[in-house]
Amino acid sequence: MLKAHARDPAALPRLLLTLLAVAVLWPGLQLSELNPGVLWQAENRQQIASFTQAFWPPAHDAAFLQLLYEATLQTLAVATAGMTLALVLAVPASLLASRALSLRAASRGGRAGWWSRVLRLPVRGLLIFLRSVPEIVWALLFVRAVGLGPTAGVLAIAITYSGMLGKVYAEIFESVDQRPAHALLQAGSGRLMAFFYGILPNAVSEVVSYTVYRWECAVRASVVMGFVGAGGLGQQIDLSMRMFAGAEVASMLLTFLLLVSLADLLSRFLRGRLT
Amino acid sequence: MTSAPVAIHLHDASLQHGQVRALDAINLRVEQGERVAIIGPSGAGKSSLLHLMATAIQPSAGRLALFGELPWQLSGRARQRLRARVGLVHQAPPLPPRQRVVTAVLAGRLGQWGIVRGLFNMLYPTDVPGVRQALAELGLADKLFVQCGQLSGGQLQRVGIARVLYQRPDLLLTDEPVSAMDPVLADHSLALLNRHAQANGVTLVASLHAVELALAHFPRVIGIREGQVVFDSPAEAVSPQMLDALYANEHLASPPLQGPAAVLTVQIPRC
Repeated sequence: MLKAHARDPAALPRLLLTLLAVAVLWPGLQLSELNPGVLWQAENRQQIASFTQAFWPPAHDAAFLQLLYEATLQTLAVATAGMTLALVLAVPASLLASRALSLRAASRGGRAGWWSRVLRLPVRGLLIFLRSVPEIVWALLFVRAVGLGPTAGVLAIAITYSGMLGKVYAEIFESVDQRPAHALLQAGSGRLMAFFYGILPNAVSEVVSYTVYRWECAVRASVVMGFVGAGGLGQQIDLSMRMFAGAEVASMLLTFLLLVSLADLLSRFLRGRLT
Repeated sequence: MTSAPVAIHLHDASLQHGQVRALDAINLRVEQGERVAIIGPSGAGKSSLLHLMATAIQPSAGRLALFGELPWQLSGRARQRLRARVGLVHQAPPLPPRQRVVTAVLAGRLGQWGIVRGLFNMLYPTDVPGVRQALAELGLADKLFVQCGQLSGGQLQRVGIARVLYQRPDLLLTDEPVSAMDPVLADHSLALLNRHAQANGVTLVASLHAVELALAHFPRVIGIREGQVVFDSPAEAVSPQMLDALYANEHLASPPLQGPAAVLTVQIPRC
């Protein structure tokens, strides 16, 4: 045992936290019935092998590429339209939910008045409600309501993502240095102007990179929702899988890779411009 | 606009920071157009007093009146209107590092502008000549389109002063406005603030570390210690005995310019 003065006081809590994490995770593995062994059973192995063998070469005949192109465009359009609608709701909601714009906080060392905290509750509640239901569930509902097609996907993304964006924007606004905005409020400026001149310059690069990341997620989500009939790449993958057309699936997976890399490049470029 | 004779009236104003009593029953009258320096040892409450006057913090007891109005009894909107007439220069001006100097200075008039004008100026600065003039008086005209994060502490302080000059308030409060500047610049900046105040009938209150600057530039000097006013007199009547009593420090046994403690008295930006 080490002597008391040479010991890191954080060592014991860290050890206990590790043990706690293991104690919590182990029953989780048991409950979820995870058994990687099934992958190596002879029958399953053969199935997977025959399906993945068809991956190479990826499908690239003209008719399929045309189809792929259209499906990709549709997926991108669903994601972008959904994000745009989500922003329309998320931006005002984040301003209402954020404590960053509290007039009283400016003159009370950052503490908002109790009534303003109460007023923020319904907005926070709305944002929680919007994002608590997964987009795939919204998509299933909207497929029932507006029929098969991309509209359901757009609406589902708009609803779920407005909840996520609103919450995270509000937290970004609260996490940046509040003093510039407080100084402006103390010089008589309005709240919205204090936000634009005091908060936004510090928050903009984080807001942009999170938005681009969410757009990337929306692309993936729109693919998943294609499986339940919301159009785009997802629907195509679903069809190709049912027909055991491995080559087509491979082409579409490569397309995903390309889309996500593009989103990453865009995010990097925008962050570079804003810093 | 200048009808109210008393610019600042503090009546038994106290300020409690948790357990610490930062200001203790301060009574003070500053007439419109007066120029006052506040001096005192570190931690005496100079900053607190200025923030109190700027309605940046609410007194925990007592009363503050600005231009005959009680800011803490006004509605939020009316208080913002009153605050637009008060300008505070922070010791370390809180400016977003990525904001350009021109935008930071323009922000001084946000209290007087509507939303549309404010938003438009964020995208396209409409009054570049006005900003350039405010900066030129402080020798910063070449930094107009530089980001604030690229400026030194002294340059930032000058941007903070330029913003307040651009705001054109009736009451100009400055919290250690020249603490990060060299002696020549500090002298120039204080002279500029005083000229501006005299020319426009603006009330000027400045807290200062440097006693000689306070005595040289301001007609009235207030000494503060442990949250209380020790003396309040014309600059020419301030005697060395008064200053010795103001700055006497029983906690420093040895001469203060010795050992690492003196080296560590770097300005910690506080606002």
